[in-house]
Formats: sequence, C-alpha cells, structure tokens
Amino acid sequence: MLEHVELFFKSIFIDNMVFATFLGMCSYLAVSKKVTTAVGLGAAVIFVLAVTVPMNWLLDQYLLRDGALAWLGPEYADYNLSFLSFILFIATIATMVQLVEIVVEKFSPALYNSLGIFLPLIAVNCAILGGSLFMQSRDIQTLGLAFNYGVASGIGWFLAILAIAAIREKIRYSNVPAPLRGLGITFIITGLMAIGFMSFGGMLTGGDEAPKEATETTAQKVEEIKIEKEAKENTVSYNNAINK
Amino acid sequence: MALLSKKDTGLILDPLADNNPITIQVLGICSALAITAELKASIVMAISVLFVLGLGNVVISLMRNIIPSKIRIIVQLVVVAALVIIVDQVLKAFAYELSKTLSVFVGLIITNCIIMGRFEAFALGNGPWKSFLDGIGNAAGYGLILVIVGFFRELLGSGTLLGFKVLGDPIAKTGIYAIGYENNGFMLLSPMALIVVGLIIWVQRSRNKALIEEN
Repeated sequence: MLEHVELFFKSIFIDNMVFATFLGMCSYLAVSKKVTTAVGLGAAVIFVLAVTVPMNWLLDQYLLRDGALAWLGPEYADYNLSFLSFILFIATIATMVQLVEIVVEKFSPALYNSLGIFLPLIAVNCAILGGSLFMQSRDIQTLGLAFNYGVASGIGWFLAILAIAAIREKIRYSNVPAPLRGLGITFIITGLMAIGFMSFGGMLTGGDEAPKEATETTAQKVEEIKIEKEAKENTVSYNNAINK
Repeated sequence: MALLSKKDTGLILDPLADNNPITIQVLGICSALAITAELKASIVMAISVLFVLGLGNVVISLMRNIIPSKIRIIVQLVVVAALVIIVDQVLKAFAYELSKTLSVFVGLIITNCIIMGRFEAFALGNGPWKSFLDGIGNAAGYGLILVIVGFFRELLGSGTLLGFKVLGDPIAKTGIYAIGYENNGFMLLSPMALIVVGLIIWVQRSRNKALIEEN
C-alpha cells in the first residue's frame, strides 16, 4: 500500500512529466492558451495514460522482456524481443487514441469539437509514449503499480498544463518585452515552475537527511542530483538487462 | 542543371532560422530540452533525427498516393518506429555509453512532433526529392538549436565541451578557475534548459521583428 502512495506522489510532483522530463512539451505549449481546452486535453491525457501504461506493461511482461516468452514453453525462454517495444507500444497507443476519439465523439460532441485536431495529436504526444517507456525502464513491478503510475503521471501533466494555461490567461495583461511575448515567456515561466517543482524532491527523504550545514538551496540541489543519479542507475540496470 | 534550384535551397535554409521547427513552429521540444546537458548527446540526437526525418520523409512521400487518409497516422507511426528501432540498435551496438545517456529519449524520437509535423505538412503533398530536402532542412534547424543549447549548458555547467576541459581544471584550479570562477551546476538541471531556449527565442525575435507574437 505504502509503495502505491509513494509512487503516486512521486509521479505527480517529483518526476512530473513536464517539469522533470520534458515530456509532452509540444501540446503543452500549443494548447495552453485557454484553461478550458487545457482541461479537456489534460483529462484526455490522464485517461489515455491510465489505459495504455497497464496495457503496455502486460505486453512488456508477457511478450517483450528478456525471457518473457517462457510461458509459451521452455524452448522460447531465450527470446528477448525488447527491441520491438517501440513499435508495439506505439501501436497500442495509436489504437487506444483512435478508440478514445470514437467514444468522445459519440458521448460528448461538444468536447470533441473543442479538442478538434488535438485528440489525434495525443497519439504523438511524447508524454504517452514516454509513460510507457519509463514504465519499462524503471522496472515497475505489478499491474496495479503500472496503472497507478499511468494515472499519477497523467495527473502531473494535467496539473502542469492547467497551471500554465491559467498563467498565460493572466499574463496577457502584463507588459512583457515584445520579442519575448508568446512562446519565449512561456518557456521562461515553465523554467521557473520547474525550479519550484524541484523543491518537491525533498519529499523523498523528508528533507532531514541532507547535510545540516548546507543552505536550503544546495540541499535541494543535492536531492535533485541524487534523484537523477537514481534514475540513471535505473536506466543502466535496464540496459544491462537488455544486453544480457 | 544545378543540383539545387533556388526553391530547393530555401527548403533547406528556411528552417535554420526564420522557420525554425523549435523556436517558430513549436515542434519537437521534449527531446531538445531533455538531452542537452551534454554537447555530445545533443549532436548524436541531432544526427539521429536527421537520419529518421530525412529517410522517413522520402518513404512517406513515395507512399503518399497509396496511404488511405483515415489510417495515415498509424502508417506514419509505423514508418517512424521502424527507422527509430534501427537508430536505437545502431547506437546500442556502436555507442553504448551514449545510448545509456540518451535512455528513453531515442525511443521518443517516434513521438517527436517535428517528424509527424513534417510528414503531415510536407511529405504527404510533395515529391521524394523535395521531401528529402525538407526533412534535412528541418532536422538541421532542430539540430542547430540543440547544439546551441548543449554548448551553453555544458560549457557553463561543467566547464567542458565534448568532454574536453576547455575552461581549465576545477579541482587543480587552473585556467579560468584560478581567478575564482566556479561551474554553475544549475545549468545541468532541467529548468535551465527551458530558460536557455526561452533566451534563444528572445534573441531571435529581437533580431527579426516580423516574428514577434501578439501576446
């Protein structure tokens, strides 16, 4: 139970898809001009992630990873099909997005019209594929955790786009230097928000284990570097697993 | 007959500056930000995208008359995914360390919006040679931003370029470190990537007023 709670908050705040790993930036920047559309897209992303991550977890577990085909019989135990994961993951995602599109069109034509071109774009939203690939590389253990991870990363993305849309609605009334208007200032605001979200890194250790003599900012930096190291180690072990 | 007509040169040169995929079209941002802490990773990523986009544009352009428009996204994704698998396997075979640094971001080339964007906007309506040039041009424009961001982040963040200590040795206090310079470790963290790109956009738009947005 505790690991579920930990993964949930970690995926929303610390490993936030937008601020920590820059996934789904294109739609994040393109669709964040109005809060209402941002909410629609965010909800769609949560839903698609919640469906595709567990599905891809099953694919990974029973089809792709090293020795996953053992359930077919001992002669298949040596197969490692993980090089196929990109194509299978993206196929799952494209299918699911098509399905979501059909469902939304049937049940909520208003939302369908307001989302317009952006629904098919979810298929090429890196956040969705990134969710599945991180699920694979971080070696998430059970189907329940995979579902949890999908939902939580979706919520993190939703929060991010909601916040930036609200800020962009307000910033229209501010006097931003002309060349920085629009895209430039959005980038810089996102950078500042990312700095804010980095402080959530302290949630992992409770902030107590950081050296006492260090100032607060450096303590946070240390936390961040620790987390990055951890992520790197994860990918290393994953790559080692591949190359065994 | 010249190899490149004037229009063809435009296809390559426009995306480098005034129609840059990252700063103007807002495509392909994710990978541009995530892997630019080192210059080497940026360059490899740029070359990978160059390969995938150049070849993918040709393939899609050759198939453009036989793809039913309803399922074109899936067809495009399959073409990209196949090319990316090639890149991924080549990287794993010949540059294993680097493929670890890039981690999932090689796979994320599939969902790099530049690629889908160029397929949709160009390859579906133009011949193979033009599409090839367009792909090369856009990938080069993308790579240019990547290299600029990677250059500044690595230089200011760790004082190295491509792994060479260009600013001197921070521990032995040689070179610029002798006068009290310190590496700005913050440049290596993710928020600075966003801010550096924001600054590039600022510079670009102050030089070319026509690009300034309403708000």
